[in-house]
Amino acid sequence: MSIKIFVPIDSTALSLGANEVANAISKEAKAKKLDIQINRNSSRGLFWLETLVEVETPQGRIGFGPINPSDVKSLFDADFINGGKHPLALGVVADIDWLKKQERLTFARMGITEPTNIDQYTAYDGFQGLKNALNLKPEAIVETVTASGLRGRGGAAFPTGIKWKTVLDTKATQKYIVCNADEGDSGTYSDRMIMEGDPFVLIEGMIIAGLAVGATQGYIYLRSEYPHALKTLNEAIHQATKAGYLGEDILKSGKVFHLEVRRAAGAYICGEETSLLESLEGKRGLVRFKPPLPAIEGLFGKPTVVNNVISLATVPIILAKGAKYYQDFGMGKSRGTLPIQLAGNLKRTGLVEKAFGITLRELLYDFGGGSLSGKPIKAVQVGGPLGAYLPESQFDTPLDYEKFSEIWAVLGHGGIVAFDETVNMAKMARYAFDFCAIESCGKCTPCRIGSTRGVEVIDHIMQGHDIKKHVALIRDLSDTMLNGSLCALGGMTPFPVLSALNHFPKDFGVDAKEPKA
Amino acid sequence: MNNSILSPESLKIVNHCIAGHQSMPGALLPLLHAIQDNIGYVPESAYPLISKALSLSVAEVHGVVTFYHHFRTHQPGRHILQICRAESCQAMGSEALETHIKKRLGVEFHETTPDGAFTLEPIYCLGNCACSPSVMIDEEVYGRVDNKKIDQLISNLKNAS
Repeated sequence: MSIKIFVPIDSTALSLGANEVANAISKEAKAKKLDIQINRNSSRGLFWLETLVEVETPQGRIGFGPINPSDVKSLFDADFINGGKHPLALGVVADIDWLKKQERLTFARMGITEPTNIDQYTAYDGFQGLKNALNLKPEAIVETVTASGLRGRGGAAFPTGIKWKTVLDTKATQKYIVCNADEGDSGTYSDRMIMEGDPFVLIEGMIIAGLAVGATQGYIYLRSEYPHALKTLNEAIHQATKAGYLGEDILKSGKVFHLEVRRAAGAYICGEETSLLESLEGKRGLVRFKPPLPAIEGLFGKPTVVNNVISLATVPIILAKGAKYYQDFGMGKSRGTLPIQLAGNLKRTGLVEKAFGITLRELLYDFGGGSLSGKPIKAVQVGGPLGAYLPESQFDTPLDYEKFSEIWAVLGHGGIVAFDETVNMAKMARYAFDFCAIESCGKCTPCRIGSTRGVEVIDHIMQGHDIKKHVALIRDLSDTMLNGSLCALGGMTPFPVLSALNHFPKDFGVDAKEPKA
Repeated sequence: MNNSILSPESLKIVNHCIAGHQSMPGALLPLLHAIQDNIGYVPESAYPLISKALSLSVAEVHGVVTFYHHFRTHQPGRHILQICRAESCQAMGSEALETHIKKRLGVEFHETTPDGAFTLEPIYCLGNCACSPSVMIDEEVYGRVDNKKIDQLISNLKNAS
């Protein structure tokens, strides 16, 4: 029997040469007349070890990494397919501490299965949640999701079940499920990993959402920066349709659900749900006034569930194992797990799925291993470009929506970007305004004009022009943007700006002793 | 606005794309993607055809094309090189990389090299933040890019084209 070798097909692995590694393995095995079979699995999310090559053995899958194409010859010389010793050998992958310490619920299959192999998905508990849901009344599905405590993982943290209840209770001839896959936050890639690595779990979650609220059509609004995810999702939808999970008669239940991927076009603002809906309708992505809520008047004016990829991909395990199972994880009002993405200047970057409650320090040092550069970590930005910068003194904050809110920060979509001491925080504050100016939809004045004025004022500060006056101006402008913007883009740009100013005043040329306004 | 006439070949493509997308709900973005995928950009001279097919004004079509960073109205270089400018890549030295690439290619953002090989664009996050800094060339992402690696990639593509 041929020996099974696994080389990930995730785009981060590809960005480090996974295809070249797979080709080199195949070539070397051929030359040596070895009977091997290369499987292209999803990534475990241990990105500092990519390309992570695994070999199936009676003891389990053993790993080697990080492997460059030039390492492949030495792997064969060490007889790695029979468990030979090699400097890059990692032992049984499932036993690697970094992975073992996690609580992988949403990411249970990540790194194990082949993304578009529906039989493997089913063999690893796939579609169990859907099968349970098909035996439940819509109200009972919604009740299960509500009881699980799941909150929107896109960033807003609104209770998913309550959103679904509103759509369920709104009478209409047509309802929609829209998956927000416009993952634009820097430092985040969990949505991409799901879509490229375990697309069926998202499809299953969307079908369940459809059954729960009475929607028969779903759209995945996918950012154009993810071409691999597009191919994988389309292939998975094709497979799921062929196998009877999607279409006019889901598993012969008489229930209907159709699903289509729509490509976004590079506008960050379209991650805002109403702007996303405008874009899906074929318009400029201008933010809508709320009310009406999308749950009542959403896509094409019909009741619409708009959920993030991770929220929807978490629904199957809740329906499979029950609300209690899921809500037993976590702390306070933050129930379940959060797929945390470690990024920026860290030694061990990657996907850490943990119950809420873990501290930033544990993530940065125990998992992240400190900075890659070896210099002290000066600041971390949590929650994307609209998230606050946190200094070392706040690293003991547990990951919990409310605890973060107490220190005027956000968890957002769970991205953590670390910066070492070489970062200039005035420059990062300037970037926050600049990004807002580039991405503003232009509908409201505080965001459209405020962002541009913000860049100008910070330029004055950085050039040392009348710093005191301009710092006061930044605070005043931030107040206007916070309170006067139509959506989170303008409304939250002050988070990175003011947190940088408050925690790192020296970078702005301000005396640390000056009272915070 | 550019009023040049569509080449017979482009006209055929645009009409084909329109026929394939016209009946979709919210057809405009998928249609623009299809046109750009096939022609390389969205010719302004296609606006009247699109607006007629979807019952929109030419201004509305123009408004949508120009709202989204992804759509362009002119032929780009043979390769599109996008440099990530977002925070994670900044934390790993993308600014220096950006300076190096601009110098190496002799162009600024949104410009094409005189030999038509590369169009340089900024991008805000490729979802490759675990291995910053990142660039995307056409549809492939490259991680942990340094000056040496990007020089190699650029040379390889120049030699290939």
